[in-house]
Amino acid sequence: MNLYTYASPAHFYHLAGRLIPWFSWGAGILALWGLYISFFLAPTDFQQSEAYRIIFIHVPAAWMSMFIYLVMAFWGAIGLAFNTRLSFMMARALAPTGAMFTFVALWTGALWGKPMWGAWWVWDARLTSELILLFLYVGIIALWAAIDDIRRGDRAGSLLTLIGVINVPIIYFSVKWWNTLHQGASVSLTKAPSMAAIMLQGMLVMAFAAWFYTIAVVLVRVRRIILERERQTEWVKAILQKET
Amino acid sequence: MHRFLQAVLWRDLTLAARRRGDWLIAQFFFVMVASLFPLGVGPEPQMLARIGPGVLWVAATLASLLSLSRLFADDHRDGSLEHMLLSSGPTVLLVLGKSLAHWLIYGIPLLVIAPVLGLQFNLPTDAIVTLEISLLLGTPILSLLGGVGAALTLGLRGGGILLTLLILPLYVPALIFGAGAVDGVMAGTGAEAHLSLLGAFLVLSFMIAPWIAAAALRVSLE
Repeated sequence: MNLYTYASPAHFYHLAGRLIPWFSWGAGILALWGLYISFFLAPTDFQQSEAYRIIFIHVPAAWMSMFIYLVMAFWGAIGLAFNTRLSFMMARALAPTGAMFTFVALWTGALWGKPMWGAWWVWDARLTSELILLFLYVGIIALWAAIDDIRRGDRAGSLLTLIGVINVPIIYFSVKWWNTLHQGASVSLTKAPSMAAIMLQGMLVMAFAAWFYTIAVVLVRVRRIILERERQTEWVKAILQKET
Repeated sequence: MHRFLQAVLWRDLTLAARRRGDWLIAQFFFVMVASLFPLGVGPEPQMLARIGPGVLWVAATLASLLSLSRLFADDHRDGSLEHMLLSSGPTVLLVLGKSLAHWLIYGIPLLVIAPVLGLQFNLPTDAIVTLEISLLLGTPILSLLGGVGAALTLGLRGGGILLTLLILPLYVPALIFGAGAVDGVMAGTGAEAHLSLLGAFLVLSFMIAPWIAAAALRVSLE
């Protein structure tokens, strides 16, 4: 079997349709398992008491927010280099989920920060660069929304994603040094040096749940995009007729 | 190649010299934004000196953005941009020439105005000197990165506000290093580290931004 077959939207549409139930169920089961670990098995932290439990959402969301951006840039680069239609569709399907996870990471971070640091927001390097990552996501989505021409929109958005990828490490380090050079950070994000194994396990299970959720949602979204863009083709017309 | 760059540069400078109104608006915008801050936060000299470097840098980025939406738009509207793309000159040099012209027209005057505003903000002399150096290194970054945004948003509805949304996050390192250099001098820790990083960011932008902007320009016009 040739894997490149699935670069064709028509083939990928059916493959995605078959994969979605697996990833949806996987996400549901992993999330239940992860939440069970995080609420019932993981012990109370002796420094942070119960409030630390938010990391089981917060850390996977932060990981996903950064990782999805990289995947988006990867698909954008592939699309620009090889002119494959499906790559751009994947990049577009990923962006809203990435922005959502960035927002969740910021929001849960604020909820955690209030009891821990006594402030909803501090201008810590990680918080600030995560906020700028959210701005980048919003900018890319806004650019896609503003361009009606599909071909131009795909390319423009991917170019912006790429220049963002070069810039993200620079932004991260500049913010980090900015923070340390301005009268030292009064709070530090570094958690207790060693983390109980069960806590780490809960976090990893939740991270996998976030993964599976992302894949499922992105596949659903990319199927919609395929139908919309390929609506003139015979196979899409056949599918639409069967469904109505 | 060299002649092509020169021609693009000369053309933009001539156009700017004949339309002085646009040019003045951006400079006055810079002065006005900077002047609004003392009205908002109060006239205490110590506080103004504390926030001065950051305010002047933010005002400079905004003033640069204000003029960037026109970088390609005027030539696009009368069709000359397409002719330039069809000519034998490389698109990268076209973008580079236009970014350079933008810097000469809108960046250099900021350097002339900034010391006066620095005095208004009660900055000491050595801080003003550092502010000048940081703006000299930093404003070309604004023009180069802004070229990417201007090319991406060419001819779009609400292109100006969209350009701001796309480009401001990319300006963050320049803002941090630029304002940080002046802060460093005032705090006594020196400005070398910040200025070196700002210079490095300038070199990186110079190497990457024109290529991405050229690709974006072709995407926008095809």
